[in-house]
Parts: sequence; structure tokens; C-alpha cells
Amino acid sequence: MTTHDKIEGAISIRKVTKIYDPEGARVMAMKDCSFEMGAGEFTIIVGPSGCGKTTLLNAIAGFDTITSGEILLDGDTISSSLKQIKPNVDRMVVFQNGALFPWKTVIENITYGPVVQDRMKKSAAAELAKGMLHQVGLGEIGDKYPEELSSGVQRRVEILRALINQPKVVMLDEPFRGLDAVAKTVMHEFLMEVFCASPRTMFFITHDLDEAIFLGHKVVIMTTRPAQVKKIVPVALPWPREHHIMNSREYLELKQEVLEAVHEEAKKAFEAGERELA
Amino acid sequence: MKKMKKIFTVSTLRGLLSIILFVVLWQLVVFAKVPYLENLPYPKDVAVHGVEAVQSKTYWLNWEISLIRVFVGFIAAQVIGIPFGLAMGASKVFRDFTFSAFEMLRPVPPIAWIPLAILFWPTRELSIYFLVFVGAFFIVVINVLQGVSNISVSLKWAASSLGARPKDVFWKIMVPGSLPSIITGMTVGMGVTWNVLIAAEMIAGQGGLGRMTWEAYTNHNIPLIVVGMVSIGVAGYLCSMAIRWLGEQAMPWKKRF
Amino acid sequence: MAVSNGNSVMSKGNFGEVRLEGVTKIYEKEGVSHPVLQDCMLHIPKGKLTVLMGPSGCGKTVLVNLIAGYERPTSGRVLIDDTGVAGPGPDRLVVFQETALFPWMTVYSNVVFGCSVQGTPKKAIKEKAELILKKVGLYEFRDKYPSQLSGGMQRRAELARAMINDPKIMILDEPFRGLDAMTRQLMQEFYVGLFEEVGRTNLFITHEIDEAIFLADRLIIMTYQPGRVKAEIEIDLPRPREFHLLASPRFMEIREQAIDLLYEEAAKAFSSGSKAAYDLVGALVAQKGACKPTCTPR
Repeated sequence: MTTHDKIEGAISIRKVTKIYDPEGARVMAMKDCSFEMGAGEFTIIVGPSGCGKTTLLNAIAGFDTITSGEILLDGDTISSSLKQIKPNVDRMVVFQNGALFPWKTVIENITYGPVVQDRMKKSAAAELAKGMLHQVGLGEIGDKYPEELSSGVQRRVEILRALINQPKVVMLDEPFRGLDAVAKTVMHEFLMEVFCASPRTMFFITHDLDEAIFLGHKVVIMTTRPAQVKKIVPVALPWPREHHIMNSREYLELKQEVLEAVHEEAKKAFEAGERELA
Repeated sequence: MKKMKKIFTVSTLRGLLSIILFVVLWQLVVFAKVPYLENLPYPKDVAVHGVEAVQSKTYWLNWEISLIRVFVGFIAAQVIGIPFGLAMGASKVFRDFTFSAFEMLRPVPPIAWIPLAILFWPTRELSIYFLVFVGAFFIVVINVLQGVSNISVSLKWAASSLGARPKDVFWKIMVPGSLPSIITGMTVGMGVTWNVLIAAEMIAGQGGLGRMTWEAYTNHNIPLIVVGMVSIGVAGYLCSMAIRWLGEQAMPWKKRF
Repeated sequence: MAVSNGNSVMSKGNFGEVRLEGVTKIYEKEGVSHPVLQDCMLHIPKGKLTVLMGPSGCGKTVLVNLIAGYERPTSGRVLIDDTGVAGPGPDRLVVFQETALFPWMTVYSNVVFGCSVQGTPKKAIKEKAELILKKVGLYEFRDKYPSQLSGGMQRRAELARAMINDPKIMILDEPFRGLDAMTRQLMQEFYVGLFEEVGRTNLFITHEIDEAIFLADRLIIMTYQPGRVKAEIEIDLPRPREFHLLASPRFMEIREQAIDLLYEEAAKAFSSGSKAAYDLVGALVAQKGACKPTCTPR
């Protein structure tokens, strides 16, 4: 997984607006949302629930259209009101609630992408997958089925399944949701390691602020619906990071700043939600 | 931001089209004299007979007879079945005493009861009521029982923590909690009820939509057979609608917004 | 054990304390006995917010059921103010995981359920209910059914349903589980505000370490099977608790201490074959720096 190729995968989001219109109820999910993600940058998106974070992910991945504005990948428009390119292996998504095929072993799961695309022979792909597993200390689980694994290991396998395709952009939508604080720390170290070995653009949605600051190059805080960028907090902590930085003064200051902004938006979202139900 | 739902969406138009296509296909099949299907009447003939039937008194009398039979048997099944099921759900002793016998009788298809019912009950009408009752009863009971056992234990615990006595738990938790299953039982039971009724009428009845259809057969009046079938379909549909409506009224908490 | 039916919504005082003395709870399964709790000694002091944490399988929920009176201990005693627990009662109210609101009753009917089955006069109930519904911000929603409310509202309705009975002890069994992280944080603030106002005896069970430290006066960590108290941590963060505390050095310090204790239990769970504990032990190794995070044990 060590690559010295030029890192690609810079994403520009320019004045993106998305309006859902089911049966005439116009719901504005995003309004004039703009920000940049550098190639090889670990970008974290936080914001209130239902604010349109996943909408943005869907637009970048090519699952959904946008109403206006445009999204560029390495300078090429991939989505605008006129054009939308299809999902592609250069933009891989790791979903919230596990999507490993239960009837395939870990190796078969990981190699599914390259084999189905005819990019690699089955045996070569399996070798590569074994190497990847070994590198992250999961060498012995290759022949197990997903259900034999703990949920934390399952998610790691899922991330490897995305990475084997060498995507330019990896998008993760709350991948560690439901794991407890202790299990999450393992996942963070894992992600830190695979990222260092082969940096690529990461688009990572989460609600966990410790996770956000620990992992991110920058934290993009979204407003409540319609989503716009409220604040971008750059995280200048040195890489690779270890967990004891959570007790450092810089870390706590960053956390305070993010906490403040997120809390304000969460409250707004909460009150808006209650008004809507009344 | 809520708007009226559009009535003519693409799906409803497609649905309408499918009905038209079906009639056209029917017409074609008859017109082309497809082997084995030569005896089929034209849609037009059926329509003519239908219009005729709708204007006649006996047709509506048959409706009335069938509906009364369904009504009596079905209500009896609810009146006896719901308390029976609730009692089985609430009391282990009662369940132990009744469940095995109940499970032994349940798999017997309602139509298999026809001979016994005819011999056993003094009038034909009573035996039809009984058959309809049997058709719905077992389904009602099994659904109520399932409904009671599906009530989350934390709801019962919450109630008893709040000071509810066993009688409060029964009336305020078990009964409303099993209502969704009761309604499901009614919906399924109603379908079975019509099945049983038509079979019973064909074999044992005097009057009723089933008998009407059967008599059309003995008179070799094919268009009227089709009219009878359609009538039975409509009647069953109306009854299911009525139950759905009843369910909505009884369970306002199921409606969102 | 008299139930106070006073008119004030939030009476001060008359709170209870809970003591578990050598409580053992054994379940028999196919002739094999599984001790879930063993010789558990626990003290939940009057007027404090005690939070209980531990790995899955440490018997937290059984503990709740014993104190609430839904189950009886195999041996040992559960005492509320020095009186043994004989069964469920409105002096100890439980707020459940997910929600246990009665779906067929409106918010109002849910909230007054306890008072009305206990035979409190209608007028007194109404006054009390209106006050408490306003308090939790659900007055406008009193005629809605639970399914018509958001998750956060449902939890508040449940808190109201418990509080209206003025219980001596409130037991909350992972009450905010299933809420999204943002709403959860807001509900924690709301709940801790209510607690700080009344100061009732509260026992709060949770999995979330941040939630535990943010709320607690005392944090109790349980051992893995069979469950007993492993450690107690006094949480000396200032009250009223505000969300800023989450980024305070003291908070992070306590967090680290608690995580260390939880790791130890996780390691035990792992060595006894619990699949879920695999990750926890990975973390243990990673944090202790025993080896690089890449070499996950076994």
C-alpha cells in the first residue's frame, strides 16, 4: 500500500444547493455550500443530525443529483445541475451500518471489487488482500466469515475492501457509530495507520468530536438545515497522532472551539425540529 | 408545507391502464376463439348481464343474505374469540387448559366442517353462521394471543412500577397493546370468512352471492357466473375496507401526523 | 415507604438511599448455573447522581431489575432506606432503554398514568401534570401520541411520567440509547439540569463514558461476570454541569482513569471468549504501548 504516486483527489464544492421535492414539499437540504478538500487531506464533517451531511456525500459519490452549484474532482466537474457522473471506484463509500457480504469470507469480500471489475486475477487479488490484512495485524482472519468477527473487526475489513480499489477519495459516513469509546480508539489507530501508509482524500462524517479532532486535518462544521459551512477549524496537531495528545492544551482548545460551534447548531436544529412537529 | 396528494400520479394512471389492458386482452381472447376458451363470454355480455342484475331485486337480496351471514358469523367469532385469546394470553393456567385442544382443532380447514355443521345444526342458516364463525374464530384467537405475547415486558414493568394493579395492567396495557394484532386478525379473518361463506352457500345455502353464482352455473349462464364472481370480489373488498377503517378509528396512535 | 402524593411537582427531601448487601443472582440455564451478580455490595447515597458502568455481561440490567423489584435476588438483601424490596412500586421509578411509553396513550395520559391508577383526584393530577409538562417543554404536545414525537421528546415525556410520582429513587437504564449524538448531548444537559434543581437520588446506567462523567457525582465501575463493584470514582467536576466541561483538563483526566479501569475488565471479558471484547483488548495494548497498534493480540 505504499505509493509514491502523485496524490490525486482534490475536491471543490462550489455553491452547492440541493432541494428535495417529494410531492411538492420543497425541502432545502443544502444551500450555497462551498469548501475545498485538498488532495490527500483528511477532512471531517460534523453538524447536527439531518443537516444534509449525507446529502453532500451522496452528491460527491454520484448517488444523487444536486440542484445547483458544482462539485469538482481534480478540476473536472463531476456534478452540477447539468451533469452528474455515475458512482465510480475512484470515490469509494464506507457505509454506516456494515455492508459486508455475509456469505463471503473476509478475503472474498475484500477482493470482490478488483475481481468483479476484471482488474485483477482472483489469486493475485487474494495475495494483495492477505498482505493488507497482515499489515494491520489481522493476518489470521482471512478465511473467516463476517459473522465470526466482532463489529470492530468487521468495520476494519470494510475499510480495507474500499482501499484495495485505490480510490482517490474515501468517504466514510459515521463508520464507527455504535462502538464504545474503548473500541473506537482501536479504530482510530487503525485508520491513522492505513492513512499514513497511503494517504488519500478522506471525507469523514461523524458526531464524535474527539474522533473528529484526533483524526482530521481540518474539521468542517455544518449549520443546521439547509446545510452551509458554519466554520472550518484547521487541526495543526502533528502526524501520526497518539491518544495521549487528547490531554494536551492545544487539543483541548481545539475541542472547546469545535464544541462551542457544534453545540450552537445542535440547539438550533433541536428547536427547529420541535417547531416542525408542533 | 403539506400539499394535497396528487390523485393522478403516474402510478395510478399505469394502474388504470393495466385494467384497460386486461379487458382488451379478454376481448381479444374471445374474439380470436383461442382453443379451450371458446366458451368465454365477451366483456360486453358480462357488462349487459351486470347492468341487468344490478336492476333486479333478487340480486340485492342475495347481497343482503350473504352480508348478514358474514356479519353474524364474523361478529360471533370476535365476541367469543377476542376474550378467549386475551384470557389465554393473560392467564397461564387458562392457556395450559385450552391451548392443546385449540391447536388440535385449528389446522382443520373450515370447509371440512361443512358435513358436520349441516348435520349438527337444526337449520341450514345456523350451520352457515357456524361455518363462517369457525373460519374466523381460530385466526382471531391466534392473533390476539400473539398480540398479547408481543407486548414488550418493559411496558408491563413500567405500568407496575407506576402503581398499576393486575387489573390495570390487563385493561390498560394488555387490551390496547394487543389491538393492532386484533385488527390484523380481523383483516385476515374477513378474507377467510368470504372463502368459507361462498363454499358453504354453494353446497348448502339458499340465496346469497355464492348460491347465485352456483345457480348461474347450473343454468349454464356464463356471463352471470362472471357477474357473481365480480360481486363476491367487490363484497370482500368492501368488507376489508370497513375493517381497515375500523382499525384506523380504534388506533389513533398509529396515525402519524 | 409511603408514596408522597403532595401537590408540589418537585418536592425537596424525602429521597431514598439504596443498599445492596451481599447480593447474588444466579440464573439456571439447562442445569448450569450462571452467577450474574456475586456478593455485590453497593451503596447509592441519598440525593446523589450515581452512574454505573461496566462491560456487557456485568449484570447492570439485573441490578436495575432487583432494585426496581422486577426480580428477586438469589441471596443477599436489597434495601431501600433499610426496608427490603418486596416488588415494584412508585417509590422507585425506572426510565427504560429506548422507550417504554404506552403507544396507545397520549403524552398527557402517559404522564398521568401512575397518578390515575393510584387514585389521585383528577383535579390534583391535572394541575401537577400541566406544571410538569411545561417543565419538560411538552405542554403543547400533550395530546400527541408518542409515535408523533421526536426521540428527544419521547425521553422527556418518560422523565415527566416518572417525576410526577415524586419517586424517592429514579433509576435510568441507558435512557438516551438510540438517540443521535447531538440530541443525546442536549438531553444530557436537560436531564442534569433537572437533577441539579431537585437533587433526587438517581441511579443512571450507561455505556458511554463521556455521558457517565458528565452526569455523575459518583461513577461506579462493575467487574465482568460475575458482577460486583470494581471501583468508585468521585467526580469532582463543578455543578451546574455545562457542556464546556467536556473539553476541560479535569474531565479528560477522569476519562483516562476510567478508560484504564474499563480496559482491565474488557481484557477479562476477552480472555473468557467474548467476541465483542476483541476490540477492547486491541485498544488496551495500543494505549499501554505494549506493542504497536498493528499487532492486534492473537
